[in-house]
Amino acid sequence: MQTLNAMHSKKPDKIPMKNINETVYVTSGADAAAAASNTLRADVKSLSFWYGENRALSSVSMPVWDRKITALIGPSGCGKSTLLRSFNRMHDLYPGNRYDGEIRLYPEDRNLIEMDPGLVRLRVGMVFQKPNPFPKSIFENVAAGLRVRGIHRRAVLDERVEKSLKDAALWNEVKDRMHDSAYSLSGGQQQRLCIARALAPQPDLLLLDEPTSALDPIATAKIEDLLTGLRQSVTVIIVTHNMQQAARISDLTGYMHMGELIEYGDTGELFTNPREKRTSDYITGRFG
Amino acid sequence: MTNAASVVIEVQHNRSFGGASEKFLRRRAMQAAIARCILFAAAAASVLVTVGIVYVLVTESASFFSHVSIRDFLTDTQWTPVFENARFGVMTLVSATLTVAGIALAFAVPAGMALAIYLSEYARPGIRETVKPFLELLEGVPTVVYGFFAVLFVTPLLQIFLPELSGFNLLAPGLVMGIMILPYTASVSEDAMRAVPMGLREAGYALGYSRFRVAAQVVIPAALSGITAAFILGMSRAVGETMVVAVAAGQNPNFGFDPMEGAATITAYIVQMAMGDLPHGSIAYQSVFGAGIVLFVITLIFNVLGFYMRRRFREVY
Repeated sequence: MQTLNAMHSKKPDKIPMKNINETVYVTSGADAAAAASNTLRADVKSLSFWYGENRALSSVSMPVWDRKITALIGPSGCGKSTLLRSFNRMHDLYPGNRYDGEIRLYPEDRNLIEMDPGLVRLRVGMVFQKPNPFPKSIFENVAAGLRVRGIHRRAVLDERVEKSLKDAALWNEVKDRMHDSAYSLSGGQQQRLCIARALAPQPDLLLLDEPTSALDPIATAKIEDLLTGLRQSVTVIIVTHNMQQAARISDLTGYMHMGELIEYGDTGELFTNPREKRTSDYITGRFG
Repeated sequence: MTNAASVVIEVQHNRSFGGASEKFLRRRAMQAAIARCILFAAAAASVLVTVGIVYVLVTESASFFSHVSIRDFLTDTQWTPVFENARFGVMTLVSATLTVAGIALAFAVPAGMALAIYLSEYARPGIRETVKPFLELLEGVPTVVYGFFAVLFVTPLLQIFLPELSGFNLLAPGLVMGIMILPYTASVSEDAMRAVPMGLREAGYALGYSRFRVAAQVVIPAALSGITAAFILGMSRAVGETMVVAVAAGQNPNFGFDPMEGAATITAYIVQMAMGDLPHGSIAYQSVFGAGIVLFVITLIFNVLGFYMRRRFREVY
């Protein structure tokens, strides 16, 4: 099992700027020690990805730590969503896409790029940029992911739907109207419903693709709070264009640019003391 | 143009209108007014034609109903307008009409849904681009061809399996009519399914749904308004369809819902009477309008029903 220490192998200033496939892995000593006691949930190993002829990811390598929030930041078109959508093989829905490399899924240590996409998606949950509840009741939306896994017993459904809605900080607002249409909820509530729907099957990994970009600041704050609450129980990867959000809620941050992972490591370190000039240019607003 | 406005234009036209003269502006306003008039006339014409048809239908059938009571019209089970002892039980024609339309729908709904799901959710773009023109081709076949297809091909074919099937029957035209409305219902349903945002499908796939589950649990519920509308309009078309039933269902007004026997539908009766030389103003002539208004009301009910269902099932993406 790898640790962050092992990843932190090179001095940043020795990495030539031209060598595009070298990611800088930063971490402070204390964090590295903390990380060492942690386990890997997934490990991206030189993953490249093509939309037809267009290369969207260039040999990205990145460990994903169990029960941490990992944020991916970077300018539009940098490949952060592409990387995220590789974790649940969303690209397989569209023709002409191609992967190269590995995403190892732990603890069983299998390359999910070679697994059946349907099986991958039974283990990896996802929340999208735009709230996309099904045209069903609030209850059935959350129960949907349980039903597809063959769970039909009413008592189990009731219990897990309630727990997921509580985890998504929506329970108090909907407990008296569980059988209303999901479309009767506000945008922010719909997004929390989608989070509950993704949490209900207890995924090994939860992917969030700019989950608050369609929401107002209050709804955004609620979602950030609930994500912070999940930190101890769920492994989360979140793509965000909002750097303050990444700084507020994530444990680790990766900065991507032009399909490469430029720098990856402890969030506090990356934002206060980035090793790469491109990272510091981006986070100080000089670029992107 | 008011004086005040023209003064303003005179003062400002060099600056505000980029140098356009008042004459030019007046001509421009005139052109807009003419275009508006022509377009309004086109819109009004379609409304007027509809109103005119309803007017003729109502006035002619009013004189029919002055001879035949509405009660007899709706409860009698005999339809013998040219007999010595003429009877006008329109339910005779309605029963045959609904039987044929019901058979058509019983075929077109499952087949149309399967086709639409396949095209929208399963088929690769190349296959879809090949199949769709064939559907449109099928839509362009003249209905009289379908009629002969029913009487000369489908009926003998069915008689192999159902020896007691009459030469004229409701089953064969019902099935053929199902084939006839299939392209329409399938392509409108497919449009409705394709209009479901990809984000909703992705939500399903992300939960681990199979392709079929995404179609059945996500796409169909979300597209239900369009799908329902497609089938209601298909039904409405089946009720109003004439040539297939006139050719293949026979012209005997029989009350009942037996698909094995031939029976005249409303449209078959109207075309039969319209081809004969009935004296203008006779009761048999007027009965055509009596039958016509029933047809009108049935299709109106379906259209209102379609409208209502659409509203009820409309989902906001």
